[in-house]
Amino acid sequence: MFQQLYLASLLGGLILGLSAALLLVLNGRILGVSGIVGRLLGGQQIALNVAFVLGLLAGPILYAIAYGRPPVVTIIASRPLILAAGLLVGVGTRMGSGCTSGHGILGLARLSKRSLSATGTFLATGIIAATVMGLLR
Amino acid sequence: MKWQAFMGLVVALLSGAVFGFGLCLSGMVNPARIIGFLDIASGRWDPSLIFVLGGAVITAAPGVILQRRMASPILDARFHLPEKTEIDARLLGGSAIFGIGWGLAGFCPGPAIAALSTGLASVALFICAMVAGMILHDRILTRRSP
Repeated sequence: MFQQLYLASLLGGLILGLSAALLLVLNGRILGVSGIVGRLLGGQQIALNVAFVLGLLAGPILYAIAYGRPPVVTIIASRPLILAAGLLVGVGTRMGSGCTSGHGILGLARLSKRSLSATGTFLATGIIAATVMGLLR
Repeated sequence: MKWQAFMGLVVALLSGAVFGFGLCLSGMVNPARIIGFLDIASGRWDPSLIFVLGGAVITAAPGVILQRRMASPILDARFHLPEKTEIDARLLGGSAIFGIGWGLAGFCPGPAIAALSTGLASVALFICAMVAGMILHDRILTRRSP
């Protein structure tokens, strides 16, 4: 069970990197979800960005078909906290030009110093926020 | 529509679907797993998500190496890559704000969109707030195009 969890994480990660590599080599674009959604909201490359988001929505359905059960999604945070977190994620990813996918996966693979700084920063504040919330719970 | 543009859309759709599948398999789509990874004082820290990032970089890197040897992508006239190199206050401040939101709820943009398929109201609430935050930033806080 324990090993399975790690294997699934690694395999899932390999798949995430593969889809990012495909989008880069074939379409010439960075797979960064906050950038894709932000550009969509700004009315840029609507068809391409809508296609990606539709695919992203279909991913869990493909997973459910392949494994015979939907993915586990357990939400710990209260509704007001979810609302605040969503706002922070929206503002922060646009201000910081990326999130876990664009900076975390592609940025690190491209050895970008900006993305390395961004990833270090959001991991640090993420750890602080989650740890403080854990202590308060 | 030209063949190349059509294939570009197909690739975007497939890439999104494969990415969404990977988010489910890796556990990234589950906020409880994210919080179990980020909360280091819980006494039952779950380091497995390090393998997600490690795995993703392993397969993304050959794509980057290949891209650097190509004059243009297969389905577009040119690469659309970030050009900024400066580490500025906006990058670090924005990333810090994003990290706080990520740690509070356990959702980042990709997994949150993928998790919409569960039909949970909290996921929809997160997406609405995230979209509002993006619009707030792009249209009000800065009047620059994204």
